[in-house]
Amino acid sequence: MEKTGAQIVWETILREGVDTVFGYPGGATLPIYDAMPAYPIRHVLVRHEQAAVHMAEGWARATGKVGVALATSGPGATNLVTGLANAMMDSIPIVAITGQVATHLLGGDAFQETDVTGITLPITKYNYLITDIADLGEALVEAFYIARSGRPGPVLVDICKDVQNSKIDWEYSAELTRPGLVKVLREQPDAVVAAATLINQAQRPLIIAGHGVQMGEAQAELMELAERAEIPVVTTLLGIGVITENHRLALGMGGMHGEAATNHAVQECDVLIAVGMRFDDRITGRLDQFAPKAKVIHFELDPSEVGKNVKPAVTVLGDCKHTLGQLLPNIEPKQHQQWLTTIHEWQDTTGKVDIANQEVDELIPPFVMRQLWYATQGNCTVVTDVGQHQMWEAQYFTHLRPGQLITSGGLGTMGFGVPAAVGAKIGRPDQLVWVMVGDGGFQQTMQELGTIIQENVGVKIGIINNGFLGMVRQWQQFFYEKRYAGTPMISPDYMKLADAYGIPALRVTKNDEVFSAMQQANAHDGPFLIEFRVMEEVNVYPMVAPGAAVGDMIRRPGPAIVQGYSGVQPSW
Amino acid sequence: MKHTVVAWMEDRPGVLSRVSNLFRRRGFNIESLAVGPSETSGISRMTFVVDGDERMVDQAVKQLEKQIDVTRVEDVTDQPVVVRELALIRVRTDTQTRTEIMQIVDVYRAQIVDIALDSLIIQVVGAEERINSLIDLLDHYGIREMVRTGRVAITRGRATLESAQHNGNGNGRKMGI
Repeated sequence: MEKTGAQIVWETILREGVDTVFGYPGGATLPIYDAMPAYPIRHVLVRHEQAAVHMAEGWARATGKVGVALATSGPGATNLVTGLANAMMDSIPIVAITGQVATHLLGGDAFQETDVTGITLPITKYNYLITDIADLGEALVEAFYIARSGRPGPVLVDICKDVQNSKIDWEYSAELTRPGLVKVLREQPDAVVAAATLINQAQRPLIIAGHGVQMGEAQAELMELAERAEIPVVTTLLGIGVITENHRLALGMGGMHGEAATNHAVQECDVLIAVGMRFDDRITGRLDQFAPKAKVIHFELDPSEVGKNVKPAVTVLGDCKHTLGQLLPNIEPKQHQQWLTTIHEWQDTTGKVDIANQEVDELIPPFVMRQLWYATQGNCTVVTDVGQHQMWEAQYFTHLRPGQLITSGGLGTMGFGVPAAVGAKIGRPDQLVWVMVGDGGFQQTMQELGTIIQENVGVKIGIINNGFLGMVRQWQQFFYEKRYAGTPMISPDYMKLADAYGIPALRVTKNDEVFSAMQQANAHDGPFLIEFRVMEEVNVYPMVAPGAAVGDMIRRPGPAIVQGYSGVQPSW
Repeated sequence: MKHTVVAWMEDRPGVLSRVSNLFRRRGFNIESLAVGPSETSGISRMTFVVDGDERMVDQAVKQLEKQIDVTRVEDVTDQPVVVRELALIRVRTDTQTRTEIMQIVDVYRAQIVDIALDSLIIQVVGAEERINSLIDLLDHYGIREMVRTGRVAITRGRATLESAQHNGNGNGRKMGI
């Protein structure tokens, strides 16, 4: 049947299983928007295109589907850049569709023309410039396939305006023809057996599980490995939730702000089983002193990640659900009582040092994170922005399920939190969705409060307001002798701001108000905002200084009063 | 160490900028790069020389393999290969030096492809070392202009580097990109 380019866009989106798009119209996407009402699509009008990608990312992480963002040419498209880079770093499946000036104007610096495929080349898994309607359908189908297959990522399709209007006889077909869309793995023979041998011989084995376990839905296989051979599990930031954090083998997040006992375990283990993670510098610290006693086994989907940072003794390539499944029959049931006892002793002593002190009268952010767990009983999706509050959430909220935490890992994108939470709530309408965000990050994308009310998105917003860009301030305190240049930050009156949008809001300044305020937010049907006015100069402990070995941590000074936060239940 | 790597890729708009951007962004030391059609229509063949440690070369190969446009990558450094490069060199001459230069060209089995009163254009094909040594000699007479193609490579004997596509040759487990 004869269809226009614009119709092909919408039909492909629907056929690929997507019914929600996040976008902002403009001159070069008018034909696409004009065709939209004929299709059962929910279009979420954002207030800035950066938020369109972050919402699509939150939606994709919440639903497991490909998120779609739509923007016009020129500035609309360049505003997508931060979100695309974030999706590239965190392997989030996104298809971004941008309008482009008409083909006869291409290359002539026409109004709102910009080289979008050139600009986004290094921050997309692939991109297309469509100048001929004959290429459009196939490119869109490929884009969805590339975005979700293998290691997921963002794909951009830039479509000239005249192509959107022109017509072609077209039917949707999922068939893919290009040779480069399937790769042959260069496999080490018997890798699974070699990995099993190392694991069976290990005295102090340790698992580090990353985002790949979440995306590969391999938590059942991972837990069977951990339990059968009694192997403790560390996660990366994006791996949080692949092991229930109150499990006896869960050691929480490792790395720059990992618990001291957890980082000690990494440095002392003799076999390190890395699953679906890429040895980011935030996990490894100084690379040549990382896990010095360990033989490393790397279960990885993306061959280019193998040996990039850490050279493994054994590499098992492929989807980790599949490869762990192959590994399991070769794993002997085992106990590592002595190793676990050692780790528990470390947890007992180090936890006491690094836990925040609740005996102060002022409100501290770690307490807020812990109270969020109590107020929701862990039954919510938490989205965070980037910075101190993000680390406190990772440390003090006990995550129970894969996908429970949605955060910006690799790129560390401030401003991610609020829009990503909007996307997550639209993707999981029946779940409670909280976003914890700093005063800095909130002010980067707070224009999306407009989207929240227009679309009636019932997301709960917790602003951790410490009057500083807190993580940068912490670095200035540790490494620049407290010269707080450019980090003090004032906020608007958030109560008035929320009121202007018609969003109910509370300001919390005391410890004993936290829980009830959160309960009030939970009970409200619709969006709700709480500002937590917290103590200003609180640090995230422990901390591995940049360039230091991961076992070499800056610890909380002075005596600690509260019990450890992992292995030992906090008193609050 | 220098590695010679051959890569096959779909002949599509932007593929060269994609590959060269990858090299730039990852900081790979690319000494030369030559690209042209292969025996399969629609598939280009690129030969490049990367100078670096094992990790850099490994990364260059793997990052290239990951590209959607790229169908196959092969490091041929340790294989028996015929390696060639072509150079065109314009050298200054006068009546006294012309014969001398022509003798040198003969020894190097190079060719004179253009003669002017005060210069010659010499075409030489061979491995890099041979071209370098000819250039060293000609430098003595004054090289006025020079252009080199960069290294191309093909395996010797029966071993064939076919432009077999990833999903075409049967070996190994296949995976989505």
